[in-house]
Amino acid sequence: MGAIGAGLGALGAGLGVGIIGSKAMEAIARQPEAVGDIRNNMILMAALVEGAALFAIVVGLLAG
Amino acid sequence: MSKSFISIPRLFLLAVLAASVLLSHNAFAQDGHNHDGHDHSQHQHDGHDHSQHNHDGHDHAKHEGHSHGNHGCGGDGDGPYDPVATAMHHISDANEFHVLGDFHIPLPVILYAPDQGLTTGLSSMFHHGHTAVDGYVLDHGRVKRVKPGQGFPTQAVDHDCITHEERMVMVLGKEKKQEVGFVEYKGKKYELESSSTLDGGLFGGGFTSYYDFSITRNVFAMLLCAIILVFLFLRVAKGYKDRKGMAPKGLQSFMEPFFTFIRDEVSIPMIGEKHYERFQPFVMSLFFFVLILNLTGLVPFFPGGSNVTGNLAVTMALALLTFIITTVNGNKHYWEHILWMPGIPGWVKIVLTPVEVLGMFIKPFSLMIRLFANITAGHIIILSLIGLIFIFGDNGNNVGGATAGGVVGVAFTAFMNLIELIVAFIQAFIFATLSASYIGAAVEEAHEHH
Repeated sequence: MGAIGAGLGALGAGLGVGIIGSKAMEAIARQPEAVGDIRNNMILMAALVEGAALFAIVVGLLAG
Repeated sequence: MSKSFISIPRLFLLAVLAASVLLSHNAFAQDGHNHDGHDHSQHQHDGHDHSQHNHDGHDHAKHEGHSHGNHGCGGDGDGPYDPVATAMHHISDANEFHVLGDFHIPLPVILYAPDQGLTTGLSSMFHHGHTAVDGYVLDHGRVKRVKPGQGFPTQAVDHDCITHEERMVMVLGKEKKQEVGFVEYKGKKYELESSSTLDGGLFGGGFTSYYDFSITRNVFAMLLCAIILVFLFLRVAKGYKDRKGMAPKGLQSFMEPFFTFIRDEVSIPMIGEKHYERFQPFVMSLFFFVLILNLTGLVPFFPGGSNVTGNLAVTMALALLTFIITTVNGNKHYWEHILWMPGIPGWVKIVLTPVEVLGMFIKPFSLMIRLFANITAGHIIILSLIGLIFIFGDNGNNVGGATAGGVVGVAFTAFMNLIELIVAFIQAFIFATLSASYIGAAVEEAHEHH
């Protein structure tokens, strides 16, 4: 059960990180001069989304 | 660069940071008293010899009774390979530093039990789980105490195997499988105390009847990293002092991009031009402390190899520091926005205030979990990939399988290590950035909006 839960969590976070990545790429294409700011914010947002998946992993580990 | 980034107060802050982490690590890792918090409603003394004297309310009626492997009898190699147990053993803290084969570097052991006083020495006094000292034994590199009141001798004695059994215990009204250790001595089995909640596996174990102030593997790694950082920063600070206004040289020019990066990409955007100088030392200490611990955690042999930032107690102490600094430095504007958000209808305020107050605690909590889970997950994945060798190799019965597992495992492990290298940097960066943004929210000045 824990593994299924962690997998579902990873699914959601994967979607989230994918969307962040695609939007960041679009933003860089539109405004190449802002690449530094966009990259930093992208990493920050990805880490926040990833946090949700990691919560799922921790809960998965607890559930065994 | 005329401005010196490193100064004595900043070094002092780093030392305080390291010291608080060290202290909290052991304080959170081992606390509590004789009677653990399990369900006391079932006092069953059902004639198992090891349950005659303890009053901890464990349900002894359901003994699964299967012992898996003779852990501690002949070293780690015995019994079928259990990938989960191996991974958990490797990511948890230990009282000795395992180097290679049977060679361990002993670490200082400082134990205090209220009922029998202080026990000190080197972990080599346990002879890798063959000798009990003052009722303490070394089980899988971790000091555990024989539950008091079972008549186990308190002087130094050689004991037999340490075995583990799984049994069902009542935890908060629910049945849960828990692993319990037993030490055999003169044909009799004595129950060991479960290790503490935060260190025995992930969330297993219970409270212990003793306090462990030992310099464990994690504490040793933290001390070492703190010393390295202090040495490094002193050298760089001297460089800035000696060559004031001149171009950086040597180590100084290696470190300067990090300093300017943290200042220009983390502190100034997150905290703001006006206040960032006050918090720059903290943000930078956090970044470098987490970074060096993440990096040394990736080194698989002696001074490295400790899963420090993957330890919940350590990340909790770091997040707690951020929480304290944020709360202490919160200005009127910050508290107003938490307790009574201006510019919105009254009934929304009633809903919003509890949410904002909860958010105060959830922010550092998520900091804690994020670092812990990222590093722990990375370590578990690497250990699982290495474990493929033993799984494919059928516990050493299938050399071809082990070779295939080795090839696959090593390739994937190398790949994972590269990813972990990025994660080590990103997590240190994220921890510093989010801490800075929380602090920034606390010291932000009121705008002219609303």
